[in-house]
Amino acid sequence: MEFFERFAIPHPSPAIYASMVAIGLVSIGIIVGLTYFKKWGYLWREWLTTVDHKKIGIMYLFSAILMLFRGGADAIMMRAQLSTPDAKLLDAQHYNEIFTTHGVVMIIFMAMPFIFAFMNLVVPLQIGARDVAFPRLNALSFWLFFAGAMLFNISFVIGGSPDAGWTSYFPLAGNDFSESVGTNYYMIAIQISGIGSLMTGINMMTTILKMRAPGMTLMKMPMFTWSAFIANVIIVFAFPVLTVALLMGTTDRLFGTNFFTTTNGGMDMLWANFFWIWGHPEVYILILPAFGLYSEIISTFSSRNLYGYKSMVASMVLISLLSFLVWTHHFFTMGQGALTNSIFSITTMAIAVPTGVKIFNWLFTLWKGKIRFTVPMLYSVGFIPLFTIGGVTGVMLAMSAADYQYHNTMFLVAHFHNTIIPGVVFAMLAGLTYYWPKFFGFMLNERIGKWGFWLLTVGFVLAFFPMYITGLDGQARRMYTYSEATGFGPLNLVAFFGAALMAIAFLTIVYNIYYSFKNSPRNIGSDPWDARSLEWATHTPVPEYNFARVPQVASSEAFWDMKKKGHQLFKGDFKKIHMPNNSGVPFIMGMIFFLAGFSFVFALWIPAVISLIGIFVCMALRSFEKDHGRYISIEEIEETESKLGGAK
Amino acid sequence: MKIDHSQPLEYGTDQNQLNILGFWIFLGAEIMLFATLFTAYFTLEGRTGSGPTPGEIFEITPVLFETLLLLTSSFTIGLGVHAMRLGRKNAMLTFFTITLLLGLAFLGVEIYEFMHYYHVGATYQTSAFTAALLTTLGTHGGHVTLGLFWGTFIILQVKKRGLTPETANKSFIFSLYWHFLDVVWIFIFSFIYLKGMM
Ligand code: HEM
Ligand SMILES: [Cu+2]
Repeated sequence: MEFFERFAIPHPSPAIYASMVAIGLVSIGIIVGLTYFKKWGYLWREWLTTVDHKKIGIMYLFSAILMLFRGGADAIMMRAQLSTPDAKLLDAQHYNEIFTTHGVVMIIFMAMPFIFAFMNLVVPLQIGARDVAFPRLNALSFWLFFAGAMLFNISFVIGGSPDAGWTSYFPLAGNDFSESVGTNYYMIAIQISGIGSLMTGINMMTTILKMRAPGMTLMKMPMFTWSAFIANVIIVFAFPVLTVALLMGTTDRLFGTNFFTTTNGGMDMLWANFFWIWGHPEVYILILPAFGLYSEIISTFSSRNLYGYKSMVASMVLISLLSFLVWTHHFFTMGQGALTNSIFSITTMAIAVPTGVKIFNWLFTLWKGKIRFTVPMLYSVGFIPLFTIGGVTGVMLAMSAADYQYHNTMFLVAHFHNTIIPGVVFAMLAGLTYYWPKFFGFMLNERIGKWGFWLLTVGFVLAFFPMYITGLDGQARRMYTYSEATGFGPLNLVAFFGAALMAIAFLTIVYNIYYSFKNSPRNIGSDPWDARSLEWATHTPVPEYNFARVPQVASSEAFWDMKKKGHQLFKGDFKKIHMPNNSGVPFIMGMIFFLAGFSFVFALWIPAVISLIGIFVCMALRSFEKDHGRYISIEEIEETESKLGGAK
Repeated sequence: MKIDHSQPLEYGTDQNQLNILGFWIFLGAEIMLFATLFTAYFTLEGRTGSGPTPGEIFEITPVLFETLLLLTSSFTIGLGVHAMRLGRKNAMLTFFTITLLLGLAFLGVEIYEFMHYYHVGATYQTSAFTAALLTTLGTHGGHVTLGLFWGTFIILQVKKRGLTPETANKSFIFSLYWHFLDVVWIFIFSFIYLKGMM
């Protein structure tokens, strides 16, 4: 019995039991469904073992949407709890767990896979490549992310959720104050998916540096590829810091070391520093690809090339450097000296300059452009003013003296949601709508899409702008309730309605996918938006090999020049094409990592060691394996190409 | 597979070049990893709690041995890669084997060193300083251990399959890894041991 007790939930509630049942039923439903429709083989061949960057991108996309709903459910519960003074919906402990999982799920398991989805879907096509540099590693990255996400998500039904905030500050996150295994889940799940992210960073950097089509110099790369490149450079430099910090946090909790304790020389502020040396660059890992997407979309729907290409690139490089120099703005009030605060205050404000440059470039692109207000464009245009407000409040927070007032209030919560939702979430929804036809062969419905946009925007403003006011009035973040006398009640009720509206908006967007899948016409051609960059030059749906012939590029808008100036993109005859073979190993390794992670969470050493050996055996097998991929013959290419409509 | 004969064998195919660049980027990440460990170590070096200080537990002899072994192994793997470039498979295999034996000896001394720490009461749980020390050394030692297995697999493959663009590529990448571990050790030697004993 004692053995099983550790898996029990420390703070059970009816909602958790209901979720348990739901998880059980859904799992059974999936297994029965797959068996009934005889889809196991299809699932294995086409998805679980795939090494095709497009399919991996699609898997990232769907995982991210799934996680958006998980994180969104948490958000709604928090807003419901705060909607009236002295509410009893959640208790303090439950609230702690929910804001923690909400933060982690949204940043690590929603926003990250969302950007990886677009990197995978778009980058190889934009640079005219057949795949990424290391297709198998790419699959492994995905499965590690997935294993980490699933591990994190089961925490609330097995053993307990983490409850020390998404920043997991010590000593709060140490064994003394976080007694359940929740924080073990935090440390290990993020570690596993973090390793996957690091490998994606290496993979994408190599791909972009080495696999560009002939003629595509660095300064002719489309803007999204540039943004992805910079983001991956940041990943490669930032994630190892997180790896080490998590490792130390894990050993503190599992093996009684003293890195972050308050005894035996341990230093809790070391965690805060490491966390934010990763954590601040992390927000630029998310926002730069979002900027890249906006750049593509704004120039396409303004029918104009992007204004200030070079300054766009330069500003991203500058942002990436500055992002590593500002981390202590996250703890101005935790007792460092005035000089340190001043330095970090100034470097923080400096980031506003390159960001401002980008905003003006988008505005100048729109200026004189022939604008089409499609759904992706609405998100992009809506983003500009909203994000600017978020940026301005960020500069307010960057004034370290003033931060003593806003610190840990709802003002901060309003600020970062104000940057991250119009900045990242809007970009993802814009990108989703924009790229959907390329990968699924039909357009999403414009009318429903516009409903989604407006509901989301209005909901967003209602949900977050009241928090600026209550924050300045002193409503603390991470507090599960407040008294009537504070007067925060009415504004929080407004915020709850806003959040509910956002939830409806997300449901509308998902409904749109369903509706369009049923009703949209399928013969949309390869370039439904009259777009400008290379990814639109291939067929829809994109064939396995992306391009039958490698494109010859002469500008950053190669496809546009082909359409308007008669530039020849595809020259010469077909040649046989080399493609990698599918492999089950990445998936299996992901599963073993999951088991290893689970065993570590509960300090089950025997299965932990066995699964570590399993991982090692997989790596050894890979080393000995001889797999040179396969060739697609010229006849096969000709056949596919004529089926997809004309030689490209 | 197209082989470009104007290049050394390990660079000979497109995939080989990708692998080498990818590995350099990976080493960039490894540099960050060890830099973070060093940062942690320097921050916690003086925070010994009620445990021993660096000067009390470091011993110069085993550390000198370790340094000697690892530096030599970096040299022999260099010779191995040189032999590989000349197409001399047996010479290459010999040098790689010597390298791994030196690595094994290094690991042996390191295990002895860890036992010494244990005996003088500097365990993983003693203080922030000991935890940082053992984590940094352990991460390096773990890398060496992994390298021993990896190198063995490569030797077996070269033996069986000969020097092909693929095996040459793997061997070359492994040599980069091994040199990297040597460089990290030099930092450990100078900034952890020598500094701690001064
Ligand atoms: C979709 C609508 C969303 C709503 C209604 C919402 C609501 C909230 C609320 C009420 C809190 C503060 C809890 C508290 O301090 O008491 C919070 C915290 C947070 N949210 Fe959101 N959120 C949303 C979306 C997002 C997104 C998209 C992200 C990131 C990509 C995100 C990341 C975070 C983070 C990191 C925290 C801090 C958690 C912590 O304090 O440890 N949220 N959210
Ligand atoms: Cu920051």
